[in-house]
Amino acid sequence: MNKKPIFTVKDISKSFKKAEQQELLVLDKVNFQLYEDEIVALLGKSGSGKSTLLRIISGLSEPSSGTVTYREQTVNGPVKGMAMVFQNFALLPWLTVLENVELGLEALRVPRDERRTRSLKAIDIIGLDGFESAYPKELSGGMRQRVGFARALVINPDVLLMDEPFSALDVLTADNLKSDLLDLWETKQTGTRGILFVTHNIEEAVLLANRVIVFDSDPGSIRAELSIDLPYPRTEQNSEFRKYVDQIYSLITRQMDERKKLLLQEQLPRITDIGYRLPDADISELTGLLETLDQSEYQGHVSLPELTESLHLDVDDLFPLTEVLDILGFAQVNNGKLVLTEAGKLFANADILERKKIFAAHLLRYVPLAKHIKQVLEERRTTGQRASRERFLNELEDYLSEKEAERVLRTVIDWGRYAELFAYANNTGMLSLENPN
Amino acid sequence: MSIFYNRFSFRNSLKIFPNSWDLIAFIIVLGMLASFVWAGKQMTAPYQIGQTLTLSLDPHQLPKYALFTVLRLFTAMAFSLLFTFTVGTLAAKNKRAASIIIPCIDILQSVPVIGLLSITIVGFIALFHGSRLGPEAAAIFAVFTAQVWNITLSFFQSLSSVPTELKEAADMFHLSAWQRFWRLDVPFSMPGLLWNMMMSMSASWIFLIASESISVNNQTIVLPGIGSYLGLAISQASISGVIYTILTMLIVILLYDQFLFRPLLDWSKKFTFEQVSQESISRSWVTILLQQTSIFKYFGHFFGKLGDAVVNISFSKDIKKKTAFKKSSPNRLINIIWYSFITLVITVSLCLLLHFILKHLSSRELIHVLFLGSITALRVITIILIASIIWIPIGVFIGLNRRIAEWAQPIAQFLAAFPANVLFPIVVVLILKYHLNFEIWSTPLLLLGTQWYILFNIIAGTAALPEELKEVANNFGVKSWQWWHRLILPGIFPHWITGTITAIGGGWNITIITEVINWGSTTLAATGLGAYIAKSTDAGDFPRVALGMAVMSLFVLVMNHLVWRPLYNLSQSRYRLD
Repeated sequence: MNKKPIFTVKDISKSFKKAEQQELLVLDKVNFQLYEDEIVALLGKSGSGKSTLLRIISGLSEPSSGTVTYREQTVNGPVKGMAMVFQNFALLPWLTVLENVELGLEALRVPRDERRTRSLKAIDIIGLDGFESAYPKELSGGMRQRVGFARALVINPDVLLMDEPFSALDVLTADNLKSDLLDLWETKQTGTRGILFVTHNIEEAVLLANRVIVFDSDPGSIRAELSIDLPYPRTEQNSEFRKYVDQIYSLITRQMDERKKLLLQEQLPRITDIGYRLPDADISELTGLLETLDQSEYQGHVSLPELTESLHLDVDDLFPLTEVLDILGFAQVNNGKLVLTEAGKLFANADILERKKIFAAHLLRYVPLAKHIKQVLEERRTTGQRASRERFLNELEDYLSEKEAERVLRTVIDWGRYAELFAYANNTGMLSLENPN
Repeated sequence: MSIFYNRFSFRNSLKIFPNSWDLIAFIIVLGMLASFVWAGKQMTAPYQIGQTLTLSLDPHQLPKYALFTVLRLFTAMAFSLLFTFTVGTLAAKNKRAASIIIPCIDILQSVPVIGLLSITIVGFIALFHGSRLGPEAAAIFAVFTAQVWNITLSFFQSLSSVPTELKEAADMFHLSAWQRFWRLDVPFSMPGLLWNMMMSMSASWIFLIASESISVNNQTIVLPGIGSYLGLAISQASISGVIYTILTMLIVILLYDQFLFRPLLDWSKKFTFEQVSQESISRSWVTILLQQTSIFKYFGHFFGKLGDAVVNISFSKDIKKKTAFKKSSPNRLINIIWYSFITLVITVSLCLLLHFILKHLSSRELIHVLFLGSITALRVITIILIASIIWIPIGVFIGLNRRIAEWAQPIAQFLAAFPANVLFPIVVVLILKYHLNFEIWSTPLLLLGTQWYILFNIIAGTAALPEELKEVANNFGVKSWQWWHRLILPGIFPHWITGTITAIGGGWNITIITEVINWGSTTLAATGLGAYIAKSTDAGDFPRVALGMAVMSLFVLVMNHLVWRPLYNLSQSRYRLD
């Protein structure tokens, strides 16, 4: 079959400037095409650069190198024919539903009467009948996103770009909106020839897309592609569906395994560097996960898809947790399974004070940044064993972007406070060894 | 159920049959239009310098004077908005422009610019030669300088905080710069804009006397208005004249508060960005009246269409295609040149100013003025403390009682709009009668003008305290001092700081009218920077005015950077409730 591409992404790279000529690479030579009559999902962890890619395709942001070609023209600014649906809806609160939908037509200089008829029709199609004169404030999240869809569809776009369009909605609302969207797509009520959407939800990707592009992070690049050959409507209970989901899970965890191999071969920044990008993980979540693993029904190991389902977690929420457990030596990820280690078992069965001690020991052993902070504070006996947050931040900024450095430091301070390795005063921004009496 | 005024629902019910509300509304609007047209005609009548405009203390003339004054205030407001929309937008869209505009406005809003205006008057008179429009324009310009700065700053700040997603949506849907301005930028800044316009209206009343009497070529042109009427009453020591002025002002402020600002506030509620629907919407009676009248519904529809047409004006036949990305990082070399150019300009002008001042004045005078500055600073800070001690308990009491707050809020807002300085003559009479020390008793005058900002913010802050926290305090039996110390004071701290910063800004500004007061032939003057500037302005001593202003700017900037900014940051990082 000879498919016609709608747009072509060629060698797109994007880096953000950091201080002093350092650059942070967020997208590394990305190549792919969106063909006519195709829904493509860009799947990846948050911060993997997939939203940045979407913005580059739409012309909202400029790539550092590479080109996007849309219908034989190079994209260098927002292009007509593409419409976007935003994660947080991006509706203008001072305009009614109707006026919000009319916005795109206004910009196209469509005469007032035609504008009105077309908007009313779009509102009709998307199921917002009766809400024309309501303001966004009066609507629920699901209804607001419907306005977002109507606003995008009314200009009859060639391509619809969607930036995590369902992630701000609750599960039921999101399902409802997804099936309505598929209905529209199947019945060809709009002139839209292709849809590209960004998501971090594996089930969502398999439910909607003809093709899933799995994104790798640090820097963002395409890891794998997978065609989903299932007829619509798809159901999550279907065994074929589960097979695709499992396949993607193992793709992603294999990706993690490979990273670990690279780590061992010292080809990536090693965990032993203080500049290691510690993932965001909350102590109580870590503890909760370890306790769950230790429960009799799991016996210390569980497959990741099963875990996400039973805990109602997104991959985005789960993977940072498993990564931290892995770093700290409390659990290991093997072939899509999470396995509790001896230390993990010990931790899960200890009382609060014991847990703090275990955690502190592991933190010092496996997280160089924590050890480093502790050492610096101990060296400063003369100055009352205090050091400012800025000092460590500056150090981290040699390895990470400003924002990432702040996040990593916040995480490690959080862990250190829990482990009672050091104290921190938010007012003064000082880290110290002594605890407030 | 929420009731929203919407332009759409009567698309199908366009009946233009008048009802009884129409008559009332129509008469009111027609009357207002006619009187403004009349006043406008008077104000553009022919006029030669030297000719005196009649001004009498006859109270029957007051409605006419009030009309002139109001017309001046609103004309100035229109220019303030124009300035805001152009200069504010320029600053928000262009970083280099912002690097000059914003600091300038910051300084201009904290010093009484009115003292420097005498230079501009000649220009205006030459511009509108042989017409009363010349002096009128000068007066309007003076009012403009009292109003504009905080409006522009607020607009600039709003524009810089438009959420990224909304900006992206505007780009994605190809809105032109013009459409984007009216559909996104202006609506987003509307609540802040309106609030600052209301504050500016009160600020302009305070300098009314000064703006309505203009000195040029050693003669004073007095333009008829409420301010000049009050000035005349003061110079003739006429208590009845002062009382008439107060009454007139009360009525005028009540009128525009009810007819303009209340309905506008109602309307601006739809521009607040929070995505939650508000439960209770108190609406002004004017809004309700307008919504009940079918003629005005028709007008509303008409204006809706008109607005639509304006927003969608196309300046070029084709929609412009963007051919290149916006430069994300401006050229470094140009930046370096630009900023060194600015530094150079600032240094040179500072040197010139210093040279100019030192040529005319000794360095001992400079030290003396710094001393005066400290005295005034002491007064301003004392006043903030006194106002806080008085108003924190009262404001907390009001804020905790929703029912009291509902009727106390509009009253407080109204009182704040009322220029305190018309009450000064009465205070002076008391001071003279009881032989009080003006050095001390000039301080309460300052209080009259600045206290309201503190009260507002305390009421708002208390009302915003989460119900849960109050319940927790109750539940654990937290009482008396502990209740203040652990719950209320930290809870309202951010609001108190905001109120205080506003009050201080206003406080410095009005020292030029609180430290020197005239009553008949008596003049009371306190030691202080405000008095120094006021006296030098009266004497037309430009070097001294410049020195006074420069020192005042210095004090304001130093205090902002060393005291208020850090406190504000602390309040935002530690005491913010969310």
